[in-house]
Amino acid sequence: MTPTTRRLVCFGSAAAVGGLLLHGLVRLPSFGSYRGPYGDVLNATAVGERHATNIPSAVNFDYRAFDTVGEEFILFVAVVGLAVLFREQRDQSCEQQQERRRHISEAVQWVGIGLFGFLVLLGATIVLHGHLTPGGGFQGGVILAMAALLIYLLGGDEVLERLGRRASIETVEAAGAGAYVLIGLSMLAAGGAFLENLLPLGQSGRLNSGGMIVLLNVATGVEVSAAFALLFVEFLEESRKPPREPS
Amino acid sequence: MTVIQAVTFLLTAAGGTAVVLIRDPRRQVFMLSLYGLLLGILFMLLAAPDVALSVIVVGSATPLMILATLRIVRKASS
Repeated sequence: MTPTTRRLVCFGSAAAVGGLLLHGLVRLPSFGSYRGPYGDVLNATAVGERHATNIPSAVNFDYRAFDTVGEEFILFVAVVGLAVLFREQRDQSCEQQQERRRHISEAVQWVGIGLFGFLVLLGATIVLHGHLTPGGGFQGGVILAMAALLIYLLGGDEVLERLGRRASIETVEAAGAGAYVLIGLSMLAAGGAFLENLLPLGQSGRLNSGGMIVLLNVATGVEVSAAFALLFVEFLEESRKPPREPS
Repeated sequence: MTVIQAVTFLLTAAGGTAVVLIRDPRRQVFMLSLYGLLLGILFMLLAAPDVALSVIVVGSATPLMILATLRIVRKASS
């Protein structure tokens, strides 16, 4: 193919793609227009039906709570898989790295200690108010994992080490994921459908409203915080490992 | 669309382009985390605070893991 024909093919196809893009852009609905019925229906009925004022939470942990089980287990399986892969490699290559002590500057220690309590409170608030204000188990859980990461950065990995080689984080993660399913099964046992919201709904806007949504948010918060904490610790341990000997 | 929404749209587009154009992964990580913040502000302005919160917490978690990964890769290749 000569350069001239190549250029012709290039410009021809670029013009065609550009034309199609332009055609699509012209027909786009105007900014802010919303055509789907579900959002409007939920906005009108969700607070009355479920007494939860944060409608995304009501959707995630009630109307489509079953989908959230799947999402929860995607995270669970992904993190467990990563832990299995990393640990396999680490145990083979190094045994003596636990002996090393890190030097942590005083400034980092003070800022870390100051931030720790704030992060725990913020995370817990976001998890517990998931049904009232923006947030919920996932967002609050990641913030709680940041607090765990802070302990690690402050040299608390010796503490974690003493807690039994991080097995406890995995147990917490599994407990969170299991609790979600157990809540669903208990609704089944109580005579409803799996994950049907059968608990008393309370008064809208109060902390003890929304029935099952609060409990599912807490279970998700526990699972997500442990999953992300495990993810951070595994990544950081792997990066601190001494270079592998050529074998 | 208000002025502040338009400005944030433009900034987000510029941020995304900058993430792609920066070639050094270590610098890219910092641009990525700034881009996450811009995206969070944009979602907030579009009245989606729940999504904004998710984007911000994920945007503060991923750069850390990318930095750790870069360190692992660098050590393995050296």
